[in-house]
Amino acid sequence: MIITTFGKYVLLLRDVFKRPEKMKIYSKATFEQMNFIGIGSIGLIAIISSFIGAVMTLQIAFQLISDFIPKTIIGSINRDSTILELSPTISAIVLAGKIGSAISSEIGTMRITEQIDALEIMGINAPGYLILPKIIAGITMVPLLVIISMTMSILGGYIGGSLSGVITPAEYVLGITSNFNPHTVTIALTKAFIYGFIITSIPAFEGFYVKGGALEVAKASTKAVVVCCITILICDYLVTQLLL
Amino acid sequence: MIEIVDIHKSFGKNDVLKGISAKFEAGITNLIIGGSGSGKTTLLKCMIGLHEPEKGSVSYDTREFTHLSQKNRIDIRKEIGMLFQGSALFDSMTVEENIMFPLNMFTNQSQSEKLDRVNFCLKRVNLDNKNQLFPAELSGGMKKRVGIARAIALNPRYLFCDEPNSGLDPKTSIVIDELIKEITQEYNTTTIVVTHDMNSVMGIGDYILFLHEGKKCWEGSNLEIAKTDIKELNEFVFASPFMKAIKGKF
Repeated sequence: MIITTFGKYVLLLRDVFKRPEKMKIYSKATFEQMNFIGIGSIGLIAIISSFIGAVMTLQIAFQLISDFIPKTIIGSINRDSTILELSPTISAIVLAGKIGSAISSEIGTMRITEQIDALEIMGINAPGYLILPKIIAGITMVPLLVIISMTMSILGGYIGGSLSGVITPAEYVLGITSNFNPHTVTIALTKAFIYGFIITSIPAFEGFYVKGGALEVAKASTKAVVVCCITILICDYLVTQLLL
Repeated sequence: MIEIVDIHKSFGKNDVLKGISAKFEAGITNLIIGGSGSGKTTLLKCMIGLHEPEKGSVSYDTREFTHLSQKNRIDIRKEIGMLFQGSALFDSMTVEENIMFPLNMFTNQSQSEKLDRVNFCLKRVNLDNKNQLFPAELSGGMKKRVGIARAIALNPRYLFCDEPNSGLDPKTSIVIDELIKEITQEYNTTTIVVTHDMNSVMGIGDYILFLHEGKKCWEGSNLEIAKTDIKELNEFVFASPFMKAIKGKF
């Protein structure tokens, strides 16, 4: 069953990456999707990341109360865990819920209202026209959102730490700037690129093969989010294992 | 002209089409009729390639379609216009964008040329100045007319209509029927209409193919349909009290 589904997914992707009929129309659709996936998610990602950063600072401080450990370590731990894990993975899971369900419902509704049939009758490669712009938007905008998430999370840690008094601003800044390894950012952006692909392609697949009515579209949407989250966590482990 | 030969299609153990052959000529309105579950929509979908028949062939003006790859079908599909039962207009696009969509995809016309074509098609279906409305703002009859306008945007050689009158009041149904007939004669298209509406059958049925339980049961014109002795066809034609009342007048 899983192998059959995976095979169907690969065959759909083969159609998705066929040469577009008209580049201009695909470009326009891609920019629209970039606006929806990227610009439309900045606020949500910024709020979630800021609070995660602030809470992380407080929790690290709570666990590292000792005269032998310099407080600057709070900034360092917050920075590394944010860059390596929290920003890419939490952002991806949040985006899977927001973007993934929207993509699945949009394409699923198009399927049950015969709009996809209409595209195919016109001689248009429906998977390419509907899914390719979403995938391109996903793999370009999710890394950008993760960069915003990293920034906001570290900033959130700074504000949270300063307001609560667990760490001074100077100690926090010293912590986040000392012993920085740029390779962690490469790992985070690699993860973000992969997550961008997962968040767009899996819900598109679930929506594209919906059969039935509104209830089935809703079920496909839920399934898409669940499958996305599990796939993201599996890929998170594999990428970390391979690159770290 | 579209020719179908010995079309078979089944879903699991359910044989929906059991060897149907017919010829649909250009310039006349061809109707596929039959009761619910008789296989008419499945036959239509086999003809346009949305379903793959297990056996048989479909030819568009001697060009064999059934055994072509998806890639090679594109040239024929560009010559097909289709009106769907639910209109299948793109929700996120305005009326103008819906009709312009095939022009954007397959022509290199300038924006003003495309707009002229859109306005011509809208005028043809009596929907002038409705360019900026979204499908959600249209009535059922208006959606069908926009569907027809989109279908004829590229001057198709073949026009398929899947139950064009479903969900419409009798007056609007007649308007849609007449529009289909006029377009067929005007552009000499090969038009195939799937319907179970007797008003359409009597009004525009130049050639009628009657399906019963997945088989071709009868073929003829609207002038002959009420005069046959075929039991299944008579049950279909004279099912309504109105048709029963006027039965003797044919």
